[in-house]
Amino acid sequence: MNSDIILNIVRFILLVLAQVLVFNHIDFLGFINPYIYILFILLYPIKKENRAQFLFLAFLIGFFVDLFSDTGGVNAAASVCIAYIRPVVLKFAFGNIYEYQIIKISNTPIGQRVVYLIIMILIHHLILFGLEIFSFSNILSILKNTLFSSVFTVFLCLLIIPLLRKAKS
Amino acid sequence: MQNIIAFFIRNRNFFFFLALLSLSLVFTFQSHSYHRSKFINSANWLTGGVYESVNNISSYFDLKEQNQKLVEENLRLRNLILNQGENTVDSLIKDSTNNLLNYRIKSATVIKNSYNKTKNYILINKGKKDGIKQDLGVITTNGIVGIIDNTSSGHSTVQSVLNSLSEINAQLKNTSHFGTLEWDTKKRNIVQLTDIPDLANPQVGDTIITGGMSTIFPKNIPIGTIMDFKFDDSENYYIINVKLFNDMTSLEHVYIIENMNTDEIKQLENLTNEQ
Repeated sequence: MNSDIILNIVRFILLVLAQVLVFNHIDFLGFINPYIYILFILLYPIKKENRAQFLFLAFLIGFFVDLFSDTGGVNAAASVCIAYIRPVVLKFAFGNIYEYQIIKISNTPIGQRVVYLIIMILIHHLILFGLEIFSFSNILSILKNTLFSSVFTVFLCLLIIPLLRKAKS
Repeated sequence: MQNIIAFFIRNRNFFFFLALLSLSLVFTFQSHSYHRSKFINSANWLTGGVYESVNNISSYFDLKEQNQKLVEENLRLRNLILNQGENTVDSLIKDSTNNLLNYRIKSATVIKNSYNKTKNYILINKGKKDGIKQDLGVITTNGIVGIIDNTSSGHSTVQSVLNSLSEINAQLKNTSHFGTLEWDTKKRNIVQLTDIPDLANPQVGDTIITGGMSTIFPKNIPIGTIMDFKFDDSENYYIINVKLFNDMTSLEHVYIIENMNTDEIKQLENLTNEQ
């Protein structure tokens, strides 16, 4: 239990720093940046009783990324939203196993994992770019940004998830 | 009553979610309006400190290129000094000889640059304790960069010209017709000059400079050249695409311009408005 808390704190700090110092400056093809900090939300231990704490931490990580990248509150809003809908998406992606509260994302079959990642990341990016650009006349640019960045983020997340797995003792 | 309390307790997560969501939306919409993003900006000690220490390392990588830029600028300024008398119109400090400075200039280093969003902010390593205030103009040797937005004691954020909120007074160098410089968020080296009246007759390649209408930038700071333009029939105004002189993706040394007469001009304007 204790090591779980420490692991999450370390993960929180590392992901924020990696996001603002490295991944915000990739500019692939000029505008595509991955948002890998949401791995914190995607991989947060699945337990029903500490829902409020999870929502708060999701808000906090989005808030810190906003603080560093001068984006107001768009990352915080998107993070809180996907944190809130996560149980629904988990149930949709993993079906009944989720009910037993025993799954770990890094041990799930690749197909279900990809579905889970794609749904969560698409929703996150849509809210993120929708709020950031915030105009109906630029709806095409919102969709374009969402699509391309999502592909990039999903790809990177699939690569990073095995790296973040705790070493088995 | 008990039912209501029970209802709140049952749905406490939902209400907590709503509270957090509305808090972040408040932050978002504050950042959508000019000069209201007081809480969330990177000019605080934490983010400023992190960016500063990272920049200490990364600034070594383009040291050579930046040195070259500074040498070129020195060259230009030396030329200006040696040829003074013929070319005094170009100098920023007009009355430097008789102790009546119109503009005070400070230097700063960019420690975080951003150009891939729709609202871009740049972080520089000077703040309140160096005399930086909101609404001062920021330029480089080549042209304008933006306007100071928020300041902390040691850092400031600059609202870049590549920001959909920015509106800068600019004019055609040849004909002195002035308009507003905006950014349509499409390309990071092209900004739009709008509200140029139909009599202006712009030509491709003409130079655009800052106008003297606002107290933020002095007149005659270069901005860019006209790339193309179209005439808006319904509004009777030209919309001009301006190619920036500045490469906004590679900024290191910038200058902050403080207009010493701002207060006087503001007072005068208020006086006129009251009458």
